[in-house]
Amino acid sequence: MIELKHVTRRFGNTVAVDNINLTIETGEVCVLVGSSGCGKSTTLRMINRLLPHSAGEILVDGEDVTAMNPEQLRLNMGYVIQGTGLFPHWTVARNIAMVPHLLKWPKERIDARVEELMTLLDLDPASHASKYPQQLSGGQAQRVGVARALAADPNILLMDEPFGALDAITRDNLQMEMLRIQKQVRKTTVFVTHDIDEALKLATRIAVMDQGRIIQHDTPENILRHPASDFVENLVGKQDRGLKLMSLRPVRDLMQPHAEPKHSEAGEGGVNEEDSLRQALSVMLWKDLPEVVVFNARGLETGVITRASIIQEGV
Amino acid sequence: MRIWLPPALFAALLFGLSVGMPVLEPLFQWLQPDKQRVVYERESFLFLLQNHLLLVAVSAAVGTFVAVAGGIFATRPSGRDFLPLVSQVASIGQTFPPVAVLALAVPVLGFGEAPILVALILYGLLPILRNTLAGLEGIDPTVREAARGMGMSSGQVLFRAELPLAGRVILAGIRTSVTINIATAAIGSTIGARTLGDPVIAGLVNGNTAYVLQGAILIGLLALTTDSLFEALERTWDRRFSPQVATMSL
Repeated sequence: MIELKHVTRRFGNTVAVDNINLTIETGEVCVLVGSSGCGKSTTLRMINRLLPHSAGEILVDGEDVTAMNPEQLRLNMGYVIQGTGLFPHWTVARNIAMVPHLLKWPKERIDARVEELMTLLDLDPASHASKYPQQLSGGQAQRVGVARALAADPNILLMDEPFGALDAITRDNLQMEMLRIQKQVRKTTVFVTHDIDEALKLATRIAVMDQGRIIQHDTPENILRHPASDFVENLVGKQDRGLKLMSLRPVRDLMQPHAEPKHSEAGEGGVNEEDSLRQALSVMLWKDLPEVVVFNARGLETGVITRASIIQEGV
Repeated sequence: MRIWLPPALFAALLFGLSVGMPVLEPLFQWLQPDKQRVVYERESFLFLLQNHLLLVAVSAAVGTFVAVAGGIFATRPSGRDFLPLVSQVASIGQTFPPVAVLALAVPVLGFGEAPILVALILYGLLPILRNTLAGLEGIDPTVREAARGMGMSSGQVLFRAELPLAGRVILAGIRTSVTINIATAAIGSTIGARTLGDPVIAGLVNGNTAYVLQGAILIGLLALTTDSLFEALERTWDRRFSPQVATMSL
């Protein structure tokens, strides 16, 4: 658990972070979102003491961070940044092994962990372990960055616009990966982004920041339904809030399940249980269908979802 | 192994000529028929070479240590304020002719090895300092940010990331510095240091071109030997610390 109590950060006369209070529960993904210069990165960098705070208290699992040795504190927090910051003179495997190495793990344990993480992040250990960062694509490099942050199995993960420099398709893939990995490892995550769609997709709770203050701290659904101010309303987009709400709910919520899953060919119109209502509606609009069949992860047909049900209950 | 061949060949030639210069006497006699003595004999070439090398080696060692330490200091948070000053000194120093340093050092330190050593150290540390700053400043800032953020101490960041990444550029600075200093050390002969410049000065004073040639050939060979030695060192460095360059150029 991370608690920020009345935390302020000044740079000279300007106040970058203004008396904020924020509690991030264990295992949740808290996304700090706001325009550039709103203090979100500053807030993140105060948690691992890359920046000192000017006033207030920051507690990690009940302990004041200023009382801890900064290196020890950071070794227990994964840190992922936009430019990856991989060591160009180290191989992928050695980059991932950085923190376990600093913690003086035995070699066999490090090797096993590196292989495990590369597999988790969908990087083939055989072909990628001995490559250098320059030989990777942007998406692969950021996967290595995430693997490096997870290497010593820290309780906390700090991510500062990690997918900001990637193209839309790669970013989308990595967001899906992150959701999948988060389900497995359940890290307390603080994620900074300026992209509200990314925030809505990844967060369990979103903290909207503006001019150094937290304007609203709530679940994605509540942020969309009850924006606290005009600023938040504009940020989430007044007009397409309906579709954004639909993209938060999976098809499973509104489908009419079959009594028993059955084998059938996955037709072009089919959607997945995990897909969002928004995607299902889009498929139906494009194909001009009143309903589509729903498949589960193993490819069995488990139900149907109708256009009418989405229109009536989707939002 | 092949990369060590050129420096070895040049070194062999240099040593051979230092010992066996009298073998070439007929050639120099042919060049200068009017002189009785055509091979410099006041001091053995081997002694002069040894002294010349010693001057360059000591000044390079001291210069490298001071310049790298200074460059590291000026790029630390505590020394950041000095960075503009240090980099200006490093640039302006380059425009200062070595003869001027000698002229200023002699009244203070007298004649002999001491003033030339001071001049070589001062003059030689500037290219190293400039390259140390360039190398450290040229590192992708995200590397430093990530290294600190992952929990490396400042010492670990310096020795595991910054120095290996900047090392290639620093090594190039040392190469420039040593090559310049091999030439500059020869000027030391004008103020009483015993170097390979001795035959050159003696030849100029006596109008004996053969002496000038002998000194110049040995100085040139020494410069070629060390330069090719550094070339080999840089390649070895690439293989050890920046293998991505090696693998990509394949």
